[in-house]
Amino acid sequence: MSVLTYLGYAMVTVGVIFLFLGALGIFRMPDVYNRLQAGTKATTLGALGTILGVGLLQPEWFWKTLIIAIFIAISNPISSHALARGSYKIGIKPITKEDDMDAYAGVETENEEE
Amino acid sequence: MSRFIFTFAVYFLIWMGFTTSFDPQELIAGAVLSLIITFFSYKSFTDLGLSFLNPKRLFNIVKYMFVFIIALFKANFDVAKRVINPKLPINPGIVAYKTKLKSDTAKVFLANSITLTPGTLTVDVIGDTLYIHWIDVITKDPQKIYSEIGEQFEVILKEIFE
Repeated sequence: MSVLTYLGYAMVTVGVIFLFLGALGIFRMPDVYNRLQAGTKATTLGALGTILGVGLLQPEWFWKTLIIAIFIAISNPISSHALARGSYKIGIKPITKEDDMDAYAGVETENEEE
Repeated sequence: MSRFIFTFAVYFLIWMGFTTSFDPQELIAGAVLSLIITFFSYKSFTDLGLSFLNPKRLFNIVKYMFVFIIALFKANFDVAKRVINPKLPINPGIVAYKTKLKSDTAKVFLANSITLTPGTLTVDVIGDTLYIHWIDVITKDPQKIYSEIGEQFEVILKEIFE
């Protein structure tokens, strides 16, 4: 058992914990936007942790896992942005406590042609 | 030309990362494939080309990664705190955020970083305005929104992309 092995197991453990919290967040949050919030952040760190942890446990895979991690870090927020934008455009309004807290209302149709 | 070389280098590095071997056959296959893909995509891959690699930019990229990873951890603990709390302390809303960045690449990275930082999610980008879903709206003052959500990233991204 080398230092790398311990570090790898630690990262996998941390990743799994955050993935669990993300799943719990998706279960508990009230609307689609808050669910995306919990889902995106927790799954990004969770996936990065588990994948890089596996890379440290199997050093010959390290560069592959690093590239996968970079692609996840770039593509995860983009997909959540697309989901949020799509949800708004089909008419799902975000839950707010006061009425004037939705700055996006009214401008969402402006660049429809894109 | 400089854009072509930069794109080719990036693709070839990715190939090397995936094969992790210095076998001449692998290297030649990778070089040929990278050349073909570069030929089709170098115009949209980068605006800066090799000038991307000057020391000041590289230093800022490293700095950005540190800021980003710290923000990512903060974001996760923030979400964890809210999710575990039985009362579910949220006060969500969508705010408009004016960015000072001009280049499109920089805006993409800003939007991505904002999505992965505590309590914020980019819903749309129209011109220089980002519409951001905020899980806990603590202020509606544009100046405060700017400093609260994205100033730390904008300062560094400006150095990298402009």
